[in-house]
Amino acid sequence: MAQYVGRRLLLLVPVILGILLVTFLMKALIPTDAVTAMYQGQLSGKSAEKAIAALQAKYHLDLPWYRQLWFYLSDLAHGNLGESVRLHKPVSAVIGYRYLNTIMLTGAALAIALVLGLTTGIVAAAKRNTWLDVTATTIGLFGISMPAFFFGLLLILVFSVWLRILPVVPHGPLAIVLPAFALGIIEAAPLSQVTRSSMIDVMRRDYIQAARARGASELALTIRHALPNALIVVLTIVGLQIGNLLGGAFIVETIFSWHGIGELAVNAIQWRDFALTQAIILVSAATYLMVNLVADLLYAWLDPRVELTA
Amino acid sequence: MTVAGFDEEITVIPRWRRIGGHMLQSRAACVGATILLILFVLALFAPWIAPYDPFKIDPIHRLAAPSAAHWIGTDEVGRDLASRIIYGTRYFLLICLVTAAISSSIGTLLGLLAGAGSPLVDGVIMRFIDILLAFPYILMVLVVVAVAGPSLWTGMVAVGIAGIPGYARLVRSTVLTVRQEDYVTVARALGASRREILFGTILPNVLSPLIVYLAFATPLSALIASALSFVGLGAQPPAPEWGAMLVNSRTYLFSAWWAVAAPGLALCISIFGMNILGNGLRDVLDPRNA
Repeated sequence: MAQYVGRRLLLLVPVILGILLVTFLMKALIPTDAVTAMYQGQLSGKSAEKAIAALQAKYHLDLPWYRQLWFYLSDLAHGNLGESVRLHKPVSAVIGYRYLNTIMLTGAALAIALVLGLTTGIVAAAKRNTWLDVTATTIGLFGISMPAFFFGLLLILVFSVWLRILPVVPHGPLAIVLPAFALGIIEAAPLSQVTRSSMIDVMRRDYIQAARARGASELALTIRHALPNALIVVLTIVGLQIGNLLGGAFIVETIFSWHGIGELAVNAIQWRDFALTQAIILVSAATYLMVNLVADLLYAWLDPRVELTA
Repeated sequence: MTVAGFDEEITVIPRWRRIGGHMLQSRAACVGATILLILFVLALFAPWIAPYDPFKIDPIHRLAAPSAAHWIGTDEVGRDLASRIIYGTRYFLLICLVTAAISSSIGTLLGLLAGAGSPLVDGVIMRFIDILLAFPYILMVLVVVAVAGPSLWTGMVAVGIAGIPGYARLVRSTVLTVRQEDYVTVARALGASRREILFGTILPNVLSPLIVYLAFATPLSALIASALSFVGLGAQPPAPEWGAMLVNSRTYLFSAWWAVAAPGLALCISIFGMNILGNGLRDVLDPRNA
């Protein structure tokens, strides 16, 4: 077990290096940098050129890509993520609280997705082929087709504009409700479908028939006997979904002005603030890999037949 | 067709007609195909169907509610929303085609090479794919856009590249199964060259799962691409791309909700149509999942 975790953590190193290599290589193909983008069209003349050159030298932007990568790696080894050209601040200081905000948002969204997805999936499986099941499946399919950004706007329209129950601007403890729902409900749809088919599959097994023959009630059969086994399959996609949630956060945060790393990433890309973008990409990728590791460990713990091999 | 040695006539139904017949029986797949057909018609005949020029600004009638003159109202500078939605189908289909072409062609080629090549080739390709799969889909899209700068084309290329690993993995695993089949051994025994076996014998048998995957992955790509436009990293206004149309109109959510609802619904319905068409295709081509 400890060996497996160790090996998986070691695997993070080549993946992170690979991401860095790819981004620096691609960056080398594109001529613009953050300094040029920031002052484009605003400055002219000899002195301005000199100033821009000095700024570029400060952030190593005048060097070839492999030397930039080297500087980046040695900074990274010292725990330094670089400095944001646009905000004139260390990247770690800019990202810190925003990262917590994003984690909070995705956590809340995941809770909503799990509650909604599992209940509707279980009900649809139990009432299979009834109107309840058909409705749940159709709504689910529509949910998969719904863009998160449109759904977010619809929520604002209904709850903030028409009903005036919840705030649009992130303010106070209720601010998380709308973005979390916008993100969570969309992920609930695939979760519900997987729960449904997994429950139907498990309910057909012999041990369920045996429990039924011994006189267990349908409720007990569903919750106590079938659900734990059905959950094993569900868990495998929850790991993937956390990745989707992190990705969806980039969009939803922008709509609701939720100050997380997603909103920051969108701005950083428009500013061409490479150090900032790079750091957000690294932090998100590392989070995603860690979440998947935890999901795999949980999977092995829930299902003793699974052997951990890296 | 009559097969020699049999008294009764045996009719051999061509594969495409068999698939078409099954699809027609599925009501959901028919609805999906109809939606897609409508999109194609709107995109092809947009100049004749659209009542106005999608770029024509009319400040006097800005944010007008739906009426007989403007079926679904106007946007914040008075452009006719119905016309913009109709022209938007062109962007939507372009995005679907370009992203699907990039990810499926490169992904299939990589998957074929990995599945049928030497262990070294397989190892190199799959480690590369593993790295790509190690971080979330949208993050990979953002990496490409971050480097190449925001525009419709970089957005499409980015989404296309992000889709490559999925195709490569699918094709590789299918090739690994297919190449164990007897008919591949027979082709090899008959003296077919490596390339003939790869493209003539193995590839046609990979197509079914590939088409099913294509049907599910393409709407997802379209969603991501329009989400990019929505946050300003894809198609740029004033292009009548549905995601980009929401960028400006969302400021007017309080006064003109139709300007938000129209492009959003257009996107929802189109993606929904493609998804149920995908469901139908899967039931026909891949009976195990039905």
